[in-house]
This record gives sequence, C-alpha cells and structure tokens, in this order.
Amino acid sequence: MVNTERVKLTIDGIQIEADRRSTILQAAALAGIRIPTLCYLKGINEIGACRVCVVEVEGYAKLVTACNNRVKEGMMVHTNSPKARKTRRTNVQLILSQHNSNCAYCVRSGNCSLQSVANDLNIMDVPFVKELPKNCWNMEFPLIRDYTKCIKCMRCVQICDKIQSVNIWDVVNTGSRTTVDVSGNRKIEESDCAVCGQCITHCPVGALRERDDTEHVLDAIADKDKITVVQIAPAVRAAWGESIGLAPEFATVKRLASALRKMGFDYIFDTNFSVDLTIMEEGSEFLEKLKNRENETFPMFTSCCPGWVRFMKSQYPDMVDQLSTAKSPQQMFGAVAKTYYAKLLDVDPERIFCLSVMPCVAKKQECALPTMRDAGAGQDVDASLTTREIDRMIRMFHILPETLREEELDMPLGVGSGAGVIFGATGGVMEAALRSAYYLVTSKNPEPDAFRAVRGMDGWKEAEFNLAGTILKVAVASGLGNTRKLMKALRKGRVSYDFVEIMACPGGCAGGGGQPIHDGRELAGDRGQILYGLDKVSHIRFSHENPSVIKCYEDFLEKPLSHKAHELLHTDHHGWKMPGET
Amino acid sequence: MYMGGSSEQLSELPGIQKQLEVDMSRLSIITQNSAQRTVEELYKDLERRIVASPPGLCPVDMAASFLKMCHAQSCGKCVPCRVGLGQLEKLFDDVLDGDATLETIAVIERTARSIFYSADCAIGYEAAKMVLKGIRGFREDFEEHILRGRCSCNLNQPVPCVSQCPAGVDIPGYIALVREGRYADAVRLIRKDNPMPAVCGLICEHPCEVRCRRTMLDDPINIRGLKRFAVEQAGEVPVPKTAPATGKKVAVIGGGPGGISAAYYLALMGHKVTIYEKEKQLGGMLRYGIPSYRLSREVLDGEISRILSVGIDVVTGADVGEEPYLIQDIRPRYDAVYIAIGAHTDRKIGMEGEDAEGVMSAVEMLRSIGDGEMPDFKDRDIIVIGGGNVAMDVARSAVRLGAKRVRIAYRRRKVDMTALPEEVEGAIAEGCEVLDLHAPLSIEKDGQGKVSALWVQPQIIGKMKNGRPTPGDADVAKLRLPCDRILVAIGQGIDSRHFGESGIPITRGAAIDAFDWSGVKDAAGVFAGGDCVTGPATVIRAIAAGKVAAANIDEFLGYNHTITSGVEIPRVRLHDRPTCGRVNMKEREASVRVKDMELIECGMTSEEASQEARRCLRCDHFGFGVFKGGRVEKW
Repeated sequence: MVNTERVKLTIDGIQIEADRRSTILQAAALAGIRIPTLCYLKGINEIGACRVCVVEVEGYAKLVTACNNRVKEGMMVHTNSPKARKTRRTNVQLILSQHNSNCAYCVRSGNCSLQSVANDLNIMDVPFVKELPKNCWNMEFPLIRDYTKCIKCMRCVQICDKIQSVNIWDVVNTGSRTTVDVSGNRKIEESDCAVCGQCITHCPVGALRERDDTEHVLDAIADKDKITVVQIAPAVRAAWGESIGLAPEFATVKRLASALRKMGFDYIFDTNFSVDLTIMEEGSEFLEKLKNRENETFPMFTSCCPGWVRFMKSQYPDMVDQLSTAKSPQQMFGAVAKTYYAKLLDVDPERIFCLSVMPCVAKKQECALPTMRDAGAGQDVDASLTTREIDRMIRMFHILPETLREEELDMPLGVGSGAGVIFGATGGVMEAALRSAYYLVTSKNPEPDAFRAVRGMDGWKEAEFNLAGTILKVAVASGLGNTRKLMKALRKGRVSYDFVEIMACPGGCAGGGGQPIHDGRELAGDRGQILYGLDKVSHIRFSHENPSVIKCYEDFLEKPLSHKAHELLHTDHHGWKMPGET
Repeated sequence: MYMGGSSEQLSELPGIQKQLEVDMSRLSIITQNSAQRTVEELYKDLERRIVASPPGLCPVDMAASFLKMCHAQSCGKCVPCRVGLGQLEKLFDDVLDGDATLETIAVIERTARSIFYSADCAIGYEAAKMVLKGIRGFREDFEEHILRGRCSCNLNQPVPCVSQCPAGVDIPGYIALVREGRYADAVRLIRKDNPMPAVCGLICEHPCEVRCRRTMLDDPINIRGLKRFAVEQAGEVPVPKTAPATGKKVAVIGGGPGGISAAYYLALMGHKVTIYEKEKQLGGMLRYGIPSYRLSREVLDGEISRILSVGIDVVTGADVGEEPYLIQDIRPRYDAVYIAIGAHTDRKIGMEGEDAEGVMSAVEMLRSIGDGEMPDFKDRDIIVIGGGNVAMDVARSAVRLGAKRVRIAYRRRKVDMTALPEEVEGAIAEGCEVLDLHAPLSIEKDGQGKVSALWVQPQIIGKMKNGRPTPGDADVAKLRLPCDRILVAIGQGIDSRHFGESGIPITRGAAIDAFDWSGVKDAAGVFAGGDCVTGPATVIRAIAAGKVAAANIDEFLGYNHTITSGVEIPRVRLHDRPTCGRVNMKEREASVRVKDMELIECGMTSEEASQEARRCLRCDHFGFGVFKGGRVEKW
C-alpha cells in the first residue's frame, strides 16, 4: 500500500494536503485548527464515544467524528458550523448532566479536559436534570474511582486492556446507567489490579485519583513528638515542577527540599541513598546466584516496582521465587530510617514518621504490607505521597514555587549516586546494577556509560554484556502489556535471560501513575532524559561509591547480604497474598 | 347533551364547531389523523427495533422499558393496571438505581401477581405476566443489581452479524470488500473462519441476518447473497500456503463440512491430515442431504477439491467401526483424532404399516440421489411426512423426479413448520400441496404389501407450549389419503454405536459426549464436534465446530499456529445511510425449474450487490464495535 498518497481537502476554508490515512482531526491540526476532543487518546482510544469532535462534512446530513474518520480527496469540512457547534455544545451539556461538577473541590480542577471544553464552549447552564450514579467504592483502596465524575470515555478501560493487559476495567450496565467498573463483577480490592495508576494519568476528569493521604501527613508534621523524615524518589525530581509552573531546570530536588522544609518536615533525604543500597543487595544477590548457576532458576527479576510484584504474584505465581528478595528502595529506606538513623539521632524509632514522595500509586499499597514492618516501629514507611499530592501540599502551604532557593539535603541519607537517579527511568535499574556488578566481580569500575544499550523508550529491550568473561543476557521491559509479552515468550522458551528488569509503567517511574497529569501527552521519555542528564553530571556514578552507603555498611549493616541486611533489606514475597492467591 | 348559551358564539371556535358537527351525525367514518398514523409507523419501527435488539442486554433494564410501554397502553379505568403498573415501574427503577433491597423483589412479585389476578383486560394482566416471567427467568440479575449495583449481563457481542455467526466470520469486513470490488480478498477473509464460502453462499441458514442492525432502518442486509456474489465474481482464489510441516498426524473421521473444515485448518497449520469417509464421496450432508437444485454439484466438488489442495489425504468407503477401520486401530496411528460423523441415520416414525413397500426415509432417498442414483417417481402419487427443511427437500426433489402429485402432511399449521418460509413457499410454487393439521396415523398396505394410503387424523391447534402451539385431535373422523409412495422426513439420528463400543462416551441421545472445546472426556487426543455431538444442526455450525476443533487440536499437539487472512479491511466511507429496501434473491420460474435439478436461485447482479453492500452499517466501526470486540484478526 502506498503510504505517501496525499489528498487535498478544505477545512474551515483552509486548503490542506494530508496523508490519505490521516484522520480529520490530524489534518485539521496540520492547518492549525484544534478540534475539541474529550474521549480521544491517540492510538489508544479512537472510538468516537463523546461526540465532541463532531464536524460537518459537506454533502452529508449527519455530523462526523473527526477523531476516527479519515480524510478524503476534495472533502469540505466545517469544524465550527452552527450545526457542528450547537451539537457539540449539546453533547457537552449532556455529559455535564451526568458529571458531578463540584469543580471547586475536585482534584482535577484546573487540569480537567471536560472543564476546559465546557468553558471554551461558553456553557453557562445545563438544561438537563442531573443524573448521578450511586455506586459505592472502597475509599481505603489506594486507587479511587468516583462514579459520579466518570464521563464514560473508556480511556481507563483501553489503557488497562491495551497497554497494561490487566483488564481491570469494563463497561457495566446498560442505557443511561452504563458506567465503568471493575470487570467481571469484582470489587477492586478483590481484583488483580496492579495499582499502577495508568488509568488515573489517562483520565480526562477527576473520576480516577489516588487516595489522598496528605491529611495523615499534616497530622504528623503537627505532632510535636514526631520526627518527620522524608525521602524523595528519583523520578519525582524530573516532574514535580510541571503542574506548579516550574521549568524542569528550575524544579531541582534541592528546591523541592526547600519547599518540604517550609512545610515543616524535619529531615529531607533522598531515595537515591536506598537505591544505591538496593543495588548493593540486589547486585550481590544476582552474583551469588550466578556462582550457583546450575541450581538456580534464571532469570532473576527485579523487585523494586510494587506494581510489577503485584502483577507477578497474580499472573505468574509459580515464578515468584525468581523475584529478587531485595526490598524496593522505598522500603529499604524506611527500614534503615527507623533503625540506623534512629540510632544516629539517638531517638526511639516510634517517634520517627517516615514519608516517601513517589511517582507511584502502588507504593501506597506497598508501604502498608504486613511484611514491611521490620524495624519494629509500625510501618517502616508510614505514608507515601504521589508527586501530585506533594504539589497539592506546596499549594496548600501557599508556597510561591518560583521563590524557592536550592537547599542541600540532609546527611547522611541525603546522598545518592547518578546510578541511583536513573532508577526512575526504564533500564535504569539494570544499568545501575550492572555498573556495580562489574565492579564487584572485577574490582574495577567500568566506563559509567558502558551499559547504555538498555536505555530508551522501547517497551521490551534486550542486551548482552560480557561481565569478566561471563556473557550476561539481560532484558528490560516497561508497561505490563510489554511485560506480559516478555513473560509469555520466556515461559514458552522462545527467549532466555539471566537478569530482567520490569517496571509496571510505560517508560518506568518517570511515566509513573503518581506523576503530574497532562492530557494527551506522554512525558516519560522527556523526564527520563532529565534523569540521564542528572546522572551524567553527578560526581558519583556508581552505587558502590556512595559514601553514605559505604558508611552504613561499615557501621551497621556489615556487608551486602549479611544477616542484618537480610533482616532489614530483604523480604519474603510469599509473606502476603494477592486476592485469589493461594 | 346540554347546549346552553349561545351556540353561535361557541361555534366561532373551530374546535367546538367540529364537535358540534360530530354531535349532529349519527355515524361517521373513522379516519386516522396524522398523530395516529405516525404512531402506527412508530409501532412498525419498534417492531423492527426489537427484532434487531443487540445480544447481551440487561434483562432487568429491558423488562423495565417494556413495562413502561405497557403502562402507556393502559386506558386507566382499572386500579391494578393504572396504578399498579406505574408502581412496578418505580420498583424496577429502584432495582436499577441501586435503591432496592431483596425485599423489593418480593414486593414486585406480590404486586405483579395481584395485577395478574385482578386486572380487567389483557393490557393489565399480560403486562403483569411479563413481569412475573422476568422474576422467574432472571432473578439473579435482579439480585445482582440490588446487591452489587450492577448487572451480570455482558455486552460483549458488539457486531450483531459476527456474533450470530457460529464461525464468527468477519461479515462487515467482506461486505466492505465486496463494495470495493475486491472479491478475491472477500473470499480470503471469509476463509479465515469458514473454508466453504461457495457452499455457504448458496445454502447457509444465515443466522447472521437475524439481528442485523440495518433492520432498525428497513430490512436486514442480504448477507448470504453478497457472499455468493463475492465467490462468483472472485473466480479461482488460491488457498493459502501451509505452515512448515510439524510431523504430527491427525485423523478426521467423517468427510462432511465439519470434518473437511477441521482438516483444512489443521493442514494449514502444517499437520498431516487424513479424512476417513464412509460414503463413496466427501461432502456429508452437503452431498447426501442437500439436493443439487440448492447446492450444485459443481460448486460442491470445486469447494472440496480446493480445500483438499492444501494437502489432505482421503480414504473413502471407510466405515469406522467396520474392520479394518476400528477407532482402536486408528487412534494409535495418529497424534490426534477428530470425530465428525454427523447425524445420518433415519428416525423411524413408529407407525403401523411403516414396513410397506414404497415407504422410504428422506435420508435414504437423498443419500442415493447424492451418488447419482435417482429413484423412479414417474407418475407417482407421493405423500411426504414432516414439516422441516428436509421434508421440503424431498418433496421438491420428488416433483423433479416426475411425481404426478406431491402432498406434505404435517400435524401443526403451515406457519408452525420448522422449514424456512421460503422453502415452504418454493415447494408450493412447484406444485406441492401442504396438508397442515394432518397427523399421520397409519400406513395402509395393499395385497402385495405395497403402500396404498396414509391414514391421518385432522387436528385442531391448541394451547401454547414453549412459544409454539400444540395440536390436538379435531372432533372429526380420520381421513384416508390414497397414495403409492410415502417419504418420511422426521429427523435424523446419530450412529455412534461403534464409538461407544470403543469406549468413547456417548450421551443418552446417542450423541458423542464432548466438551465445548471439542475434547472428548477421558480420551486425550480424541476430539469430536458437529451434528454427532449436538444433534442435527446447520452447515455453519458444523464448520464452526471444525474450526474450534482445529484450534484445540493444534494446542493439544503443542503448537500455537494462528490463522489470519492478511487482508486489509477497507476503511468506512462516510455515508448518511438513507433507507433502502433489501435486495432479495430471485428464483427461476417454478414451471421451468421443476424440469431439472439445476440451481433454483439466481445470483445478484452487480448493480444489486453494489447497492446491497452499501446498505451495511459497518457495526465494526460505528457503535460498540470500534471500542471492543469488533474484529478478531486471527485465531
């Protein structure tokens, strides 16, 4: 088929030449005409459900959706004819009649596609009766659906089916009572939801959000007895400024530290510290397995992503033992904060309130697991906030973000390597691990960028490295749909690897479900680039060179995989059950 | 009527004037006003809409909507109907809105029962009956709404025609290809799910048309006609290349449409397939059950040889069950076996005189016709017993074989016949007489033991049972219908004895006991499907069973081959969908066609096919199909 075949058409009086395969929407965009859309999500949801992008095409009585109909030679399109505009307006009013427009206290106010479309159409009233469903949701679950706000655009269904392959959402009921709910008539807490949050970041309105834990955190700040300790995940520094109007170069982790101190947090640390710790533990674990190759099952899988761990436990329970036993950096940090750091401060660990700022929704679930209480002072991590929640707190504290100055993080847990920073991008865990594994095997540092082959936004990457004479076959996947493909191939014996890194969100934590939302834009790649830039300029490029990590082993943990390390930094993935797991 | 005041003044208002005129007349001619005319039209629209109702709707929601319509029909005179139906509506809404408790179901039931017992006319009590039927029929759905706030139904069959086709043929896809004139691609696309497009173009029962959404506008698309047109225009379309040989061997027992289909797909997947056929030729019921005036032998032979050309071995005259073809001997020589023996035995009517010379079963007669041995019916007076498609087939064949008179005796009414209405009409047009409400009693023999008459008991139609009325003996004397041949077409059975003896599980109805994925219980590697599992059904069901078996046999053999068409489906064309009637198939004149065994039906012209293809609403793109489940590109 000829891909370059061009057609000429006229949109709003402008003559355009477009590829014959392009939609009216795409062709209009070429001419600088932005047709309003609502349910449309390029390549994922082109189903013409909201009927907001309807346009008039000369010669046809019925209006045509621009998002999923192609251009034709000689087509005369009017995106704004009275008929198109009035119909579009009525359709938006109809959507509003089934939408709980409590914008003043909606988490998506100001970042809501329905709000902008309605505002742009100058809609000031809705001539229809308000009809809101009364379905109930478990508000304790980290991921919350508000049925009264759902506009049935079906994006969440599509993201979960097509990108994540977990199929959590489905259309339920018929007629005007049609809504989206957990598939198979399950409750969310009974489902195998990975809690990745991709449905949240692709929801055009406030129908999906994370459970807001800010009040809990505010109480801790206000509590005089509590010593609040914050860890900031790598990927947060690449995104926290986005929704409060800061340029990426300005929105550094040091300015975030300053904002957090203004809110009253006592100590601001870096998850990169515990990322480096993770690399030491996970890398050593992998090398141990390699030594015992005949008796071990390969590949070993990374375990730092709680969405992936949930996916593995629910979809491939027979392979759970191939997960690294190393805890995620969030949990290693919590365990260290309430032991090693409590000792340094010489305080009762019960007094420490450990908060994590994460690009992730699943981390809320992870920190509450019964197996994540190893320091003996309640949850090792008391609360986990998403990047979005921390942004909301900045606004709540009426901090003017543009006035923030850079402030150093606290010591000693505020030190991280460049290898730690790239943990936030797909391939970063693998690269960081290989950098240190090389050192652990050869006692020599490799060229820092020697393992860059695993970088990039491909959903499933493979590479081979020579580790002091041993050929290592590794793979990296991000997005659970890509992961499922990899797992299938692995189980069918079509591929084989030694070490596999999985991140549940496409592009890794940079594209995490807890990151700021930009309707229609995928920013994981750009944010990943920021992280690789930070690594490049970092004066420590290797986890094993992190001085705080070295000190922590010397003074407390002894060495990787020591008894103490096992107690605090490793976990039993069978210690808790996914719904339906036996 | 009291007429006070000044009538002149009142009559200045046009409405009053009219009233006065009516009052003056003793009788008047009733004419429909435009509102009534429109409502009549809307009834028709609604009828068509109900016919084309999508599968998988919420039964509670539908019942609530019906109830609302019933209530609108209420004249309002009586309490149960006027008030009760309205209250039921509200209770249904409570259920649907999640405002109900389990007690609500009891209230609905109680109320509906009271309405049923006390409503004055059918508008009320029949509405209540519908509600009670619903409570009985789908109580779990009520409970699901109440307890979980949602429906247990699943709207997962978005494209009506595809979901109704047992083989799941991509119908909107091939209709779009016909519209673009890409006939060979249309054939390739059909073959992905059904290797017999030419056969099905002629004789498929087209369940795909039943719920065609186009019916909401005017009439369903003539899908079978378009398939026939595509095949006729495409000419020879080469079969796809087979996958690399796997070295696995599969035996297919039975060379009917199901067995052939399974063999075709398995061969495409690279397995070595051998078909064992009991008769002299392949085709099963297509050859030994369907007369050539419906399915020409050239088309059938062409289709079979095309399918065999992918590389399938055939052993004919191999009655599995007779030495040396015992299933025990075949099973160890193959990696898997598919049993698709169909339902080919005739059922006995169990009537006195059935053994008379001149009594023949439809199965027997059609089987000999299939091998070219035509019975001599010259100047015979024939009675056919039965009301199904096979009865019509033998009646119409008898006409063609020179019978002087052909009568069809059936115990119910003509409208109750299970034969397709067009088959019944065709038979009548060809001179067959339908004796409906005639229940056969016994067969009378003459001195030489030959048939001399059929005794029948006239029937009166009676009460409804499972949606069909049952006949009973009418209070009149039995009748003697003189005749010299009787053809019995009252269904077929399955001859599974030998398989049962070999340890294959058999159900009480002599069917082979197989799972819905065609595996046979406790017999690893043995699969079964089609008529021999389900009882006599349709060609497309047999083909679908063959497709399912092929997929699961492939899986069983440790492979995961996929079947695709490689055809790019044309994008939709923008279209306002003006109403347009359906192009029906034309037939050769009855007086001419009875003189030969050639095809009755004429194909569409290009003009007709193009118009018909344009009528397709493309439910794969418009509606739910664009969101979920609209197209299965491979299996």
